Amino acid sequence: MRIELEKRPQASVLYAVLSPFIALVLTVIAGGIMFWLLGKDPVSALYSFFVEPLLDVWSLHEIAIKAAPLILIGVGLSICYRSNNWNIGAEGQFIMGAIAGSIVPVVFHEWHSPLVLPLMLIFGMVGGALYAAIPAFLKANLNTNEILSSLMLVYVAQFFLDWIVRGPWRSPEGYNFPVTRNFTPEAILPEILDSGRTNLGFVFAIVAALLIWFMMRYTLKGFEITVLGQSERAGRFAGFSSRRMIWFSMLLSGALAGLAGISEVSGNINKLQPIISPGYGFTAIIVAFLGRLNPLGIIAAGLFLALTYVGGEAVQLTLTVSDKVTRVFQGLLLFFVLSCDTLILYKIRLVFPGRTAAVGQGAVQGAVQGGAE
Amino acid sequence: MLAVRNLTKLFGTFAACNGIDLDIQPGEIHALLGENGAGKSTLVKMLFGVLAPTSGQISWRGEAVSIASPSAARKLGIGMVFQHFSLFEALTVAENIALSLDGTIPLARVAERAAELSRAYGLPLDPKAHVADLSVGERQRIEIVRALLQNPQLIILDEPTSVLTPQEADRLFETLFKLRAEGRSVLYISHRLEEVQRICDRATVLRHGKVTGACDPKKETAASLARMMVGADVPHVSAAGTNTKGDVLLEARHLDVPARTPFAVSLKDVSLKVHAGEVLAIAGVAGNGQGELFDALSGEYAVADPNAVLIRQRPVGQQGITARRLLGAGFVPEERHGHAAVTGMSLSDNLVLARNQSDRKAFLGGGVLGVIKYVAVRLASRRISEAMDVRKSGDDPTAGSLSGGNLQKYIVGRELDRQPAVLIVNQPTWGVDAGAASRIRQALVDLAKSGSAVLVISQDLDEIFEVATEVAVISEGRLSDIYPAIALSREKIGLLMGGLQGQPEALTEAAHAH
Ligand SMILES: Nc1ncnc2c1ncn2[C@@H]1O[C@H](COP(=O)(O)OP(=O)(O)OP(=O)(O)O)[C@@H](O)[C@H]1O
Ligand SMILES: [Mg+2]
Repeated sequence: MRIELEKRPQASVLYAVLSPFIALVLTVIAGGIMFWLLGKDPVSALYSFFVEPLLDVWSLHEIAIKAAPLILIGVGLSICYRSNNWNIGAEGQFIMGAIAGSIVPVVFHEWHSPLVLPLMLIFGMVGGALYAAIPAFLKANLNTNEILSSLMLVYVAQFFLDWIVRGPWRSPEGYNFPVTRNFTPEAILPEILDSGRTNLGFVFAIVAALLIWFMMRYTLKGFEITVLGQSERAGRFAGFSSRRMIWFSMLLSGALAGLAGISEVSGNINKLQPIISPGYGFTAIIVAFLGRLNPLGIIAAGLFLALTYVGGEAVQLTLTVSDKVTRVFQGLLLFFVLSCDTLILYKIRLVFPGRTAAVGQGAVQGAVQGGAE
Repeated sequence: MLAVRNLTKLFGTFAACNGIDLDIQPGEIHALLGENGAGKSTLVKMLFGVLAPTSGQISWRGEAVSIASPSAARKLGIGMVFQHFSLFEALTVAENIALSLDGTIPLARVAERAAELSRAYGLPLDPKAHVADLSVGERQRIEIVRALLQNPQLIILDEPTSVLTPQEADRLFETLFKLRAEGRSVLYISHRLEEVQRICDRATVLRHGKVTGACDPKKETAASLARMMVGADVPHVSAAGTNTKGDVLLEARHLDVPARTPFAVSLKDVSLKVHAGEVLAIAGVAGNGQGELFDALSGEYAVADPNAVLIRQRPVGQQGITARRLLGAGFVPEERHGHAAVTGMSLSDNLVLARNQSDRKAFLGGGVLGVIKYVAVRLASRRISEAMDVRKSGDDPTAGSLSGGNLQKYIVGRELDRQPAVLIVNQPTWGVDAGAASRIRQALVDLAKSGSAVLVISQDLDEIFEVATEVAVISEGRLSDIYPAIALSREKIGLLMGGLQGQPEALTEAAHAH
């Protein structure tokens, strides 16, 4: 038996909608098998991974806190990916945004003013955008592959953060730990609900997603992004510039990643430390694709992937499995999403040797005769 | 050999093919004729297993078959060359051919077989050449050789000559005659009726998805064939008239453009003037700088010297296409898919594509936000479709689902709808049926009469003589002098195409008389 892919004459609308859900189901099944192989009861493991966190107010807040950066980064990336700019370095832009935003509370920690927080957020966005400007510049002027340059800059950013919290920004009161000073209260993003820790960052994420949804759906800018993503030449005919689009999409996604970074540091960690992200910038790539590069889909996908973080922590404690399960689940999910997307453009056919599945009996005879001539 | 009975293909409720009967004998070249959107491509796609029929029957050598995929069709002995090629530019000829075969045959064998076949059928090809370096004609040869490798008994060609130069077309016909002599059949789709008369043994005519007639094209005239296709006489384009020459609206002065890519042609010292009321046609064999000239005049690739291009007497050389549109210019590029239109987007989106700034007031709201007013855009799109008689399967389908000719009508209509002061069209009617072509040409002539300047770049001499008031010839990136159309004959244009350096005296005289 052989599996053949056959191109559909038209993209299937049905599978465009179904594919993320099929991917979810396959991920859950594969996850169950994984737990079984680890010698755990798959049903109860999946239950504590996917269901238990939803039944508890504390973990719902955790989900919102983790979804916020995923959504913020994911919607920015969706603009890049729709316009054919493959920014893989959101993790680096997240870190640089966090560092730039922390200039105010770390360097000017004596300064107390209601302006501190807005300034931090602005600095965070500028920092992320400037860091994304490097691959943008390289691509727009030297035609450098942005996938490689943006990815490599992630490691630079990680080491820069490591250096700065061990070196110049190390807290004098930190007992030599590699952390900065704790942020003063006016440098901390306020919580939005009485019931838990969810902070303003979640509101930023939802607002950003809605704004970008509006832009993509109703405005000429969104139209420009879509056109340039589908055909550079047609975009040029329309008077759009793909070079300007490189700048626009990279700066926008960099700014949103930077905003996510400073919001995370300000709202959740309250200081800088060597590791401030469990890979949000990379997970957001999964979020963007799982959400079909559609901002509303990205909100849902961001919440779901946040669940995999929280669920991963839960099973880690209750079942004593490695903390890598979260990564495995996310990897499986991305793998299945991308594979299921094949169904949108292709049909799968099983071909059995010995008889030709698709061609009738007469056809085979005809072919044999044709070959004999 | 092949018999089709009552074959129907529905797209939604729209019948692209409706109860088609077709018989193809061994050893004949069979023409499939019909206006744009008649269902020709849809029919052959069903024969090749690309589309599944809604109902009806296909028999191959007397046996009923269902052809589920192109590979099933190839196994039966049916080969096809599509209107739009499917080749990987970065790979070599042999690699491209190997990709369509079973993976088990070694590349060297494929190259050998391909070389053999290309020699046997007079299709010169270098298996080691990279596709990116090849001309359109050579690329088509790859497709043909690829189809022949499967030893097909029936070869389907969908508008093969619309992209070829006359010389390349002649060579293709010789290959087809060889195939016929071997007892293979050819199903041939074309809008060029003279060509069909020359090479085809029988013809089947489609109209609105139905067979409306069969004939021996050699016994018909081009006009009678056109009548069978359209169902009425094709009107003559009436160019003769009262064009009064006005101001110069479009001008190029010593336009020099270096080649952008290794495969492009550089423009050398191109000067031209188009007055209001004129249609200047630029003749020439494809690949002599037409695309580059269009790019420079449209501003898709601006040039260094602002005074090299003037639109309504304003220097716009350094400005982009939007600025030129705002001065009242309209543009129709040669390539429909992915240049003039985005195939995956709806027609109304494709209207926004070309007119997002020139019709800002009508199509955009919300100030700086630039919110697209889809209601207004759809109305305008409907108006254009009606004015140009665009046949489509829904109110606002994707551009890619329109038949080639209908999309072309829409793209031309999109610019005419603005009443542009300057219109630049590259190959206005390729792939367009006789009726629609005459409609587009008439529209160009009428636009000039109403006081606009029209520049038509075309390979088709019939077209040029139908629309042009002035003619120039482009060759290797150089433009000849401009001659009044009445002072020129085909032969003279042919001489000019041959080379611009040694211009025959008769022509220089004609230029002086001008
Ligand atoms: N995938 C599709 N979805 C909806 N409608 C379609 C699709 N493909 C073709 N059509 C419609 O079917 C009709 C026939 O199209 P087809 O491409 O067969 O025309 P054609 O005879 O090849 O025309 P042309 O000479 O312009 O190439 C057209 O009206 C077209 O809009
Ligand atoms: Mg067609």
